[in-house]
Amino acid sequence: MAQHSRKGAQFQAVTANRLLDGIVVYLTKNDDWSESLQDAEVAEGKEAADALLARGALFFEPKNLVIDVYLFEVEQTDAGIRASSVREIIRQAGPTVRKDLGKQAELDGVHA
Amino acid sequence: MQLIKDGAIIADEWTALADEDALPATGPVIVSLDRFKLEQNLLLARKDKLGIRLKSGEAPEQIKDFLDRLALVALEFPAYRNGRAFSYAYLLRERYGFKGELRAVGAVLRDQFNYLARVGFDAYEVRDNITPEIFKLSVSAFEHDYQPSADSKPAVLSLRQRRLAAQKAT
Amino acid sequence: MYRYDEFDQQLVNERVAQFRDQVTRRLAGELSEDEFKMSRLMNGVYLQLHSYMLRIAIPYGTLSSRQVHKLADITRKYDKGYGHFTTRQNLQLNWPALKDIPDLLAELASVEMHCIQTSGNCIRNTTSDHHAGAAPDELEDPRVICEVIRQWSTFHPEFSFLPRKFKIAVSATEHDRAAIRVHDIGIQIVKNAAGEIGYEVWAGGGLGRTPIIGKKVGDFVPREDLLAFLESVLRVYNMFGRRDNLYKSRIKILVHEVGADEIRRQVAAEFKEVKARGTLQLPEEEVARIRKYFAPPEFETLSDDVPEINAAAAKDKGFADWLKSNISAHKQPGYTIVNISLKPVGLTPGDCSADQMDVVADIAEKYAFSEIRVAHEQNLCLAHVRRKDLYEVYTALKAADLGTPNIGLITDQIACPGLDYCNLANARSIAIAQRLSERFQDIEFQQKIGRLHLNTSGCINACGHHHVGHIGILGVDKKGVEYYQVTLGGAADETAAIGDIVGPAFTEGEIVDAIDTIVKIYLDLRQGDEIFIDTYRRVGVQPFKDKLYAAH
Repeated sequence: MAQHSRKGAQFQAVTANRLLDGIVVYLTKNDDWSESLQDAEVAEGKEAADALLARGALFFEPKNLVIDVYLFEVEQTDAGIRASSVREIIRQAGPTVRKDLGKQAELDGVHA
Repeated sequence: MQLIKDGAIIADEWTALADEDALPATGPVIVSLDRFKLEQNLLLARKDKLGIRLKSGEAPEQIKDFLDRLALVALEFPAYRNGRAFSYAYLLRERYGFKGELRAVGAVLRDQFNYLARVGFDAYEVRDNITPEIFKLSVSAFEHDYQPSADSKPAVLSLRQRRLAAQKAT
Repeated sequence: MYRYDEFDQQLVNERVAQFRDQVTRRLAGELSEDEFKMSRLMNGVYLQLHSYMLRIAIPYGTLSSRQVHKLADITRKYDKGYGHFTTRQNLQLNWPALKDIPDLLAELASVEMHCIQTSGNCIRNTTSDHHAGAAPDELEDPRVICEVIRQWSTFHPEFSFLPRKFKIAVSATEHDRAAIRVHDIGIQIVKNAAGEIGYEVWAGGGLGRTPIIGKKVGDFVPREDLLAFLESVLRVYNMFGRRDNLYKSRIKILVHEVGADEIRRQVAAEFKEVKARGTLQLPEEEVARIRKYFAPPEFETLSDDVPEINAAAAKDKGFADWLKSNISAHKQPGYTIVNISLKPVGLTPGDCSADQMDVVADIAEKYAFSEIRVAHEQNLCLAHVRRKDLYEVYTALKAADLGTPNIGLITDQIACPGLDYCNLANARSIAIAQRLSERFQDIEFQQKIGRLHLNTSGCINACGHHHVGHIGILGVDKKGVEYYQVTLGGAADETAAIGDIVGPAFTEGEIVDAIDTIVKIYLDLRQGDEIFIDTYRRVGVQPFKDKLYAAH
């Protein structure tokens, strides 16, 4: 599996897939899950990231709303939150080979 | 944990002995293969029933000569993905003719009971949330099976041959 | 083709009910994800990058028009209007919702289909030659024994929790189109001096992290004993296969570590016991019952000579190109095998839209006895088409963008879903395949290159069969960036070989040029009518290495 975060990553967000339909979601400040990366809460530093992950993990067990909860590296830019790895760029947008499918066809604010 | 045998929850009459536990004077005990090898004479000389517990990796061939002296063989599932003991069970029943209790211990899931029953298990150490109703639902998920195994159900192949014979007869 | 009797249908219906119960329990929180994972994987449900993925079984790659229409409907109703045909001749849906899958399975069951054992550590879909029943040199229709194996392996109580997944393939012709030597078990149907049919059994082949060519473990297993023999191999594997390391748990590692001779001895000893017991002896009546379903269709008496086809080819260059590559010889005069490419320039290898599925199903109904095959190279195939209908078939296919004339050529690539869809992938493979097909799109240049298998995988698990591509590409991840490693000289057929790594990996920006360079080196070195693999076998890796890295 491709790498989610480099060691010592500065900014990270928490992602998962929704249990009911598998769609990619991001943990927000209000403890909701949004389909858009732009709504994600970004944690700076390891301690904040671990706390964010612990909050997200509660929605796996016991809340049973999402699966496969993990941290991944992001950058904060003027244009918004950017995923760092190719894998996470593809997850927040959709297949690069089918631009008509996935979030890139449905949401504003996705990036290539 | 609780014990399901022949589809019902029953009290476990057996004592599972750890290797360091002292051998009780009476009562049925289950011992490890290692302990059986070390204390074979002592164990076989007892009047009460004897059972052996095999780990994954301890093939039943090692105890095949003692099976008529054993009332129970327990097969360990160290993880529910580890299906080695399915072959052990099948061999104990079908090749070595073991007639005693065949007990599944360790990590087994309710969605595996139908497979376990088919290879010859008749007793299961299960989690407390498993009821006899759940057990029954699991083992009766499929009325027929394609392949013969260690249960008494006729395989689809035999059912088709019976049907063919019936058609010929009429 | 095979039709379910009441036993087959009941079993599939019971499976739908069982899975519906499992999904209900999972959504209600009674079943943890960890516990559910085993059940969902036994039913082809994965969690991928964007969504769940559902793998639908297509036993030995044979479908009816009715089934293909149903698949089209299902992709529209429960997915995004397309599906992906795989190297196991199955169909994958990329976007189904878990909550809908029980209903989806019920619809599949209504056309005698299922997702049983399309994943998990069990015996997977048995694959075979997509030309089965039509190839001129075939010894018997391999699908008969495939169906026997399908039934025997379905919910096998002893072999459903193996150390790792287990794949079986069957070939009935000397030229192996089913890649049997890179399977856990490969079965080659053979004939002995007395003219009797038997089964040569290979075990321990496989791709993935440790690619290995299988070893012969049975020379001539009689039909009535085949299941007993397979059971013996599986029992040895289940008892002694490694369970301590995921990457060492396939049967190929057991065969490799214990040695082929010792495995043969163990299997032979086990086989003796199983055979003596007799419960797995395959009755001839059952074989005959299944064989009836695979009886050849009612062929007309026709001539191979069809002047109007030549006339059409003279007028239509696209048709002429298509005839050159997409047609294979048929055993019946006047008939031919039509291979349908799912590799149009710039699109996803193996993808097929719902509308295209409907078109293929209709064409099959009109011209090909309502039967469609899936090839392990991720193409489709119509096994029995009258030569005189070829132009009409071509025209209808072309109208649906299914007329790409590239079967066996460099743009007929195998590619796994890669990082565009797959949770395990390290790098994209479809995107690379697309750019390669754009680079080599000139059909005359492709024909000049000749037969060349170019396969791409997005990770070491090798679903894109890169090890056995004449040219193989493996995507790797270096700190979140995609790189591509190239292998040369692999082959999946009866001359099976694992490709040699040519040198250090290329960047995403370099890989297409690198493949272009390799092709040019080959064209420079080729003698006479050699194809790429012939030239490679003659000259070895060095000339490629020298030129490829000299430029750097």
